[in-house]
Parts: sequence; structure tokens; C-alpha cells
Amino acid sequence: MIKVENLVKNFGPKIAVNDVSFNVERGEVLGFLGPNGAGKSTTMRMVTGFIPPTAGRISVGGYDMLANPIPAKRLIGYLPENAPSYADMTVHGFLNFAAEMRAIDGDARKRAVNRAVEMCMLENVLYQTIDTLSKGYRHRTCLAQSIIHDPDILVMDEPTDGLDPNQKHEVRNLIKRMGANKAIIFSTHILEEVDAACSRVIIIDRGKIVANGTPDELRRRSHRAGAVAVVVSGVSAAQLSEALAAIDLVAKVETLSETPAQAIVRAHPQTPEQKPALVRAVLDLIAQQQWRIEDLRTEEGHFDEVFRSITLPDTMKEARP
Amino acid sequence: MSRGGVMTIVKRELAGYFVSPVAYVFLVIFLLLTGFFTFTVGNFFERGEASLVSFFTWHPWLYLFLVPAVGMRLWSEERRLGTMELLLTLPIATWQAILGKFLASWIFLAIALALTFPVIITVNWLGDPDNGVIASGYVGSVLLAGSYLAVSCMTSAMTRNQVISFILSVLILLFLILCGYNPVTDLLSRWASPQVVQIVAAFSVMTHFEAFQRGILDSRDVVFFASVIGFALFTTGVIIRGLRAG
Ligand SMILES: Nc1ncnc2c1ncn2[C@@H]1O[C@H](COP(=O)(O)OP(=O)(O)OP(=O)(O)O)[C@@H](O)[C@H]1O
Ligand SMILES: [Mg+2]
Repeated sequence: MIKVENLVKNFGPKIAVNDVSFNVERGEVLGFLGPNGAGKSTTMRMVTGFIPPTAGRISVGGYDMLANPIPAKRLIGYLPENAPSYADMTVHGFLNFAAEMRAIDGDARKRAVNRAVEMCMLENVLYQTIDTLSKGYRHRTCLAQSIIHDPDILVMDEPTDGLDPNQKHEVRNLIKRMGANKAIIFSTHILEEVDAACSRVIIIDRGKIVANGTPDELRRRSHRAGAVAVVVSGVSAAQLSEALAAIDLVAKVETLSETPAQAIVRAHPQTPEQKPALVRAVLDLIAQQQWRIEDLRTEEGHFDEVFRSITLPDTMKEARP
Repeated sequence: MSRGGVMTIVKRELAGYFVSPVAYVFLVIFLLLTGFFTFTVGNFFERGEASLVSFFTWHPWLYLFLVPAVGMRLWSEERRLGTMELLLTLPIATWQAILGKFLASWIFLAIALALTFPVIITVNWLGDPDNGVIASGYVGSVLLAGSYLAVSCMTSAMTRNQVISFILSVLILLFLILCGYNPVTDLLSRWASPQVVQIVAAFSVMTHFEAFQRGILDSRDVVFFASVIGFALFTTGVIIRGLRAG
């Protein structure tokens, strides 16, 4: 539904978005990750038609955003960064305005407003002026505006920013639920959200896409992915490491901690897919040596680690001229 | 649906005026000032004639500050609050948003002007004025306010800062007044040929507003005000396009 090809945006000499291409189909939730200033918001602003790209093509539901913006915009619901809204209006007035601008009239408008209010849990503040709302409620009001016309496409820039943990959870579930029959792009700095809601992730760094895949695929890029850590008593860490290193599958072992009572050692397989085989091999080894195993932990890989390993080295390079 | 977009914006903006106390304060100040200029500075009673000359004469000067006060926030506020991003990603063309916001403020100014109706009653009660001239004066005044407002709309798109927007707008309007203001044209005619003076004065709102006060509805004057409005709103569009392109 959303098709972005070779998108470039320059602000003066600064390249904010550099040759970004991706597709999002119905039923997909695309998570946009990246450090501050990576170009996430700029990309979303181009997709929603707020700013024109310097180069590249954007097609939304088959309409070219540059040549045919109005039908393209009709398909999109957009939650801009910082969730702006008209502060002098009531929540109800604002949502009515949004519905009217989307040409939803009469009874349909009443239903649309009620539905959005319910989905974003705004019943309690419906007739309150927006500038008297707390930040989280203001955010939800703008979120409600974006889904008022039940759009096929949703673009949300940090939809859970400023929400309390319960609301974050609700909004993630909402995104996931809506993702079943919409095409959704959302950006976030909260890496758990990727797992909770996304079917695909793009990591963008200094305007370029540096990773693109399912959450599982990206997680497997973690150097810890598939690793097995064991806690064993009655053996020294050196002895345990040596024995683990002798297993064929093991690429690397690390001692995590050692006390006289027990040793904790982690073994990394050659590839994350070997995890089950590695678990069996480690258990066999321990049984064979008749060591006392206290605990065994396997690692799926961590997003934050992947995120850092992809985006950090470059930023450090930049900091060190 | 395209007209619907404009009307929805007009409705929203107008409603916005009347939920804020600032609008009422503005109306009161507007009425007090028109009253003050008409009756005190304009010597309404001493003139001994049944007309609203002393009322309309001051409008170009009165509007010089009052209209930018209304127009200064039009786009600067949208930029400052980020609602411009919301508005311009709705399925409407940019010109519809510009027109809608402009019309709402124009209607607000027209309401303020309409609230001066007691002067019409007064002058009709005191004497026997030519109500056609008065009507023509009102038409001119509404057009004058519209041109000023369009200029303010343009300057409000130039900056997020309302104060800067206000000052810029006052400066431009002052120029539009002065290039046809008699003391200035007199001064100018000492150095420049009469044709030059005439051309410069043709750009002034004063020149075109005067005819309305005398009860002359000349299509050229209407065209002048319409062109100022059209040009300023078009420039607003160009500025907004530039802002979005970054
Ligand atoms: N209107 C603009 N004029 C000039 N530079 C801009 C403009 N908008 C964005 N930029 C620059 O483009 C780059 C990308 O900004 P963008 O807002 O897209 O980042 P982001 O990924 O959304 O970051 P964050 O996580 O902080 O929201 C930044 O370096 C920013 O300074
Ligand atoms: Mg951003």
C-alpha cells in the first residue's frame, strides 16, 4: 500500500534522508527505529505529503503523493511527532473537526467520533479543552484524530511517547490489532515495542536504512543470539570453559562470573540456529561429567544490542573527526 | 467536497474566536476606538452634516494596528504549535487551508465592523444622510480590512513569532497607506513628475478607499482591493510551500 522508492531529502547542505526505499503492505506493521536525528520523522513527513522529497517517489494506495496528493492523503491517518492539536478546542470539537475534514457527515460522524473516543479511551475528557489536558491525554487525542476515518494506512511518529506504562501497553495492542487489516508505519525509541507490535523493522541511521527485516531476523544479528549460559556448582570456571570450548558447535565461550561455590559461563554457537543442538550438547557434557547444574539460560538475542552495534560505531566515528 | 474543506476550516476558526476572551476584548477595543476617532478626533457633531465621513476617514489608520492584531497569529500559531503539519496532511489543497483561515478572520472583522451599526442609527436619527454613501463606505471598509488582513496573513506565514509577524505587517501596511496619503504625495510631487506621483499613489489603499467614502463604487477600486487580497494570499501559498520544502 505504501511504496517508497529512493527517497532523498536535503535541508540546505544537510542530507536528512538518503536513498530510502521500502514497501508496506496491508497487514504489515513496520517499525521505524533509529537514533535521534536519523531521519525517521522526515521520512514520515514525506510519506504523509507534508514535505516534498528532494528526489524519489512515494506511492500511497496506488496514488502518487506528489502528482495526486488529495486521494493519497484520504487513505492516510497521521499522528505527527509531538501530537499537535488545536489547544482551544474541546476533545469532542477537535475530533468532530477531523471527521468533518475527512468528509464524514451526519450519523456516520457521530459513530466515527464515538469509535475513536472509545479506542483511545477519551470518554473522561471528552468535553475538556485540549490545553487543559495532561500530556498523555493530548497525545491520545491526536491519536484518535488519526484513526477517526478508519484509514487503510496509518503513519504514527512515536505513538507511545509520553504515555504511562498501561497506556503504552494499550496503544501497542491497538496498533497490533489494527495492523491485521491496515498498513502501519510507526517510529519508536522503545525497543520492546518492536517485539510487541511490529511485523517488520527498519533501522535508519543518518538518513540511510541500515537494517530491514522481521524482529526475529534482526535479533539473530545479536552476537549473543543462540548463546547458552549455564550455572554449574562444584567446578572452576576455567575447567567449565575448557570443556564447553571443546564442543564442536561452540564458537566462543565467556566467563560471566565465578565464586568458589559456582561458575557461570556462556557458550556461543557458530550460528543462532544451532541453539537447540547446543543446549543438548551442553546438557550431555554436564551429565557426562556429573557436574551439578543449577541453571541454564538461552539467549534469543537483544534488540538494544543489535541496535547499538548497527548504529553506534558510525556515530562514534562521526564524533571523532 | 472541496468547498466543504474550506467551510469546515472557516467554522473551526470562527468558533475559535468566540471561545477565547481575546476576541471579545478585541471587539470592545475596536468599538471604543472607532467611537473615539469618530466622535472626538473626527468632530462628528461639530461637522454639522449628516454623514459618516468622520467615521470612515480613520479606518485606514485604525485598521493599521487592529487588523494585524487579528491576522498575526493565523499561520505563525499553526507553525509554532505544529498543527500546520496536521492541517496540511488532511485531504485538502493548501490553498483551501489558506482561504479558509483568511475568510474566517475576514468574517470576524466584518462582524466587528457590523457592530458599529449604532453610528448609522445615530446619524439617521440626527439628520437625513445619504444611506447609499454609507453603504458604499461600509463596502469599502470591508474590502480595506480584507486587504490588510491578507497582508497580515502573508507576514504570519513568514515567522513563528507573532510579534515579528505583527511588526512586519504594520510596516507593509504603513507603506501601502503612505504612498497615497496626501501629505506624502504633496511632498513627493516637489521632486517627481505628476505621472510618477500618480503611479505611486495608485498602489495606495488611501486612493482607492477615498472613492468608496464619497459613495462611488468604481470597479477599478474593487479590483484593486481584490488584487491585493489575491496577491497576498498567493504569496502566502508560496511562503508555505517554501517552508515545507525546507
Ligand atoms: N525543517 C528542517 N530544516 C533543517 N533541518 C531539518 C529540518 N527537519 C529536520 N531536519 C534535520 O534532519 C535530520 C533528521 O531529522 P528527523 O526529525 O527526521 O530525525 P528523527 O529520526 O525523527 O529524530 P528523533 O528520534 O529525534 O525524532 C536532523 O538532523 C534534523 O536536524
Ligand atoms: Mg522524530
